[in-house]
Amino acid sequence: MSGGPAQPAVLAERVGQSYGRRRALDGIGFEIAAGEIYGFLGPNGGGKTTLFRLLATLLPLAEGRIEVFGHDLAREALAVRRRLGVVFQAPSLDANLTVRENLRYQGNLYGLSGAGLAGRIDAALDRLGLTDRSGDRAGELSGGLKRRVEIAKALLHGPDLLLLDEPSTGLDPGVRRELWDLLEELARESGTTVLLTTHFMEEGDRCHRVALLDQGRIVAEGGPATLKERIGGDVVVLASAQPPLLTEGLHERLGIEATVGDDGLVRFEHERAHEFVGRLVAALPGLIDSVTVSRPTLEDVFLALTGRGLGEVA
Amino acid sequence: MNVLLPIVSLTRRELVHFLRQPSRVASAAATPLVFWLFFGSGFSGSFRLPGGPPEVDYLEYFFPGTVALLVLFSAIFSTMSVIDDRHAGFLQGVLAAPVPRWAMVAGKVLGGTILGWLQGVVFLALAPLAGIRPDLGGALLAVGVLALLALGMTALGFAFAWQVDSTQGFHGVMNLLLIPMWLLSGSLFPAAGAPAWMRAIMAANPLTYGVAALRRALSPAAAQAGPGVGVSLLALGAFAAVCLVADVVVVRARPSKA
Repeated sequence: MSGGPAQPAVLAERVGQSYGRRRALDGIGFEIAAGEIYGFLGPNGGGKTTLFRLLATLLPLAEGRIEVFGHDLAREALAVRRRLGVVFQAPSLDANLTVRENLRYQGNLYGLSGAGLAGRIDAALDRLGLTDRSGDRAGELSGGLKRRVEIAKALLHGPDLLLLDEPSTGLDPGVRRELWDLLEELARESGTTVLLTTHFMEEGDRCHRVALLDQGRIVAEGGPATLKERIGGDVVVLASAQPPLLTEGLHERLGIEATVGDDGLVRFEHERAHEFVGRLVAALPGLIDSVTVSRPTLEDVFLALTGRGLGEVA
Repeated sequence: MNVLLPIVSLTRRELVHFLRQPSRVASAAATPLVFWLFFGSGFSGSFRLPGGPPEVDYLEYFFPGTVALLVLFSAIFSTMSVIDDRHAGFLQGVLAAPVPRWAMVAGKVLGGTILGWLQGVVFLALAPLAGIRPDLGGALLAVGVLALLALGMTALGFAFAWQVDSTQGFHGVMNLLLIPMWLLSGSLFPAAGAPAWMRAIMAANPLTYGVAALRRALSPAAAQAGPGVGVSLLALGAFAAVCLVADVVVVRARPSKA
């Protein structure tokens, strides 16, 4: 056991999973503290969903060890599930039942019933702004409302660890903001540990810590700001009609090693890039159509480490 | 944690689903009724029970088989909903909840059993139309046999439904296994007049014992050559138990689609 005196919410060691010859997870390990918002950021196919399914106890753990609040995931699945709230990417609502009925059945599965359950349902409906929708059939709700019911469902029994698989997918920006306000409130006020998977770097930015997951491995882990500091300075992105000529020119005339992405854009990192732009354009006349200088993003970190963007399939 | 609560809850969900799909209610009841009237009336002139009393007409002979068919259809429809639950995503929420796998099986199968049993009991009320007037003992026996039969057939359907990925796949199971099971159960014709190989299949078919026990309970005169009540109840009970164990085994072997 590493870490401080407090028990970690999740402790994973050498977790692996293969589908035939494909390694979906290649012996990863991580430790998540209670009350932390922790994100697994990576492209689709990077192993996020497999990890989520293992943590949600839907996929039997074949390799390695996972402990959730000290409970061994493989041997004490029921004890783990009692502490978990799970928000799936695919809907898990019963379309034939009303919102309130969905929540009631969910409560029953977690051993809740009677007045205690009714009170929790009212509180969950209120918290997610669903009170006036409680009598609607779940199948008739819009995508955003359905996701809210999913979250109400997952929060009903007061889980200590909330697992979310790509929670923002399919949500409009307003709903996405509300979701994040709620997640931060849960972590701050109830001490709920939040663990999510995402391929949006904006979502990674709001996590306390992120693990960048690529081809079944964690390629970097840490606070978003710390990870970005790994990139020395600013990110410069150049658009050009002739990317190969431009990279050659950058190398010969300015000693800069740039890369061409799949999008055809030329990228490099440079300290205090805004002071450097004038020299850059003057040194390579006619080769540069546009220059963008920005602070590095988590996507830049991912790109620098793996050579691939987050939107691409690993 | 009280494991009864999730079981009751999952059972109740099956009943609520059934009641909210009026077409399912109608088709489950109408198909066997139509079968019974058409087959029963059509064969009435030509059918004569081998070795049985001449007053047993085909409407009477075929009645227990019709009830068995109704229970079979009900079991098929209610277990097919597992496939829908999987596709609609509801199942993943149940699988991630702190409910033992066997309790999930129990809730789902119990719900289907109650539906099949209730439909069978309602259909029993039509017995007088077939000239069948069982005594109180016979009626109670029939109600009990229906419960065992519904449990066994629902548990059997579940074991297959859990493993197929589409309702189309389940139709294959239905056409290749469940319907032939019913055809060779003594529902349509008695084993006495069938060739030896067919009699062997019929003797090994659990549904044969369900139909035989129903027939003994409802119209003993038509059941002279079939298996006795004791043997039939034993066979039905053993069949249900085996299927329930199989359900838990398949659920544990394949907890959810990867």
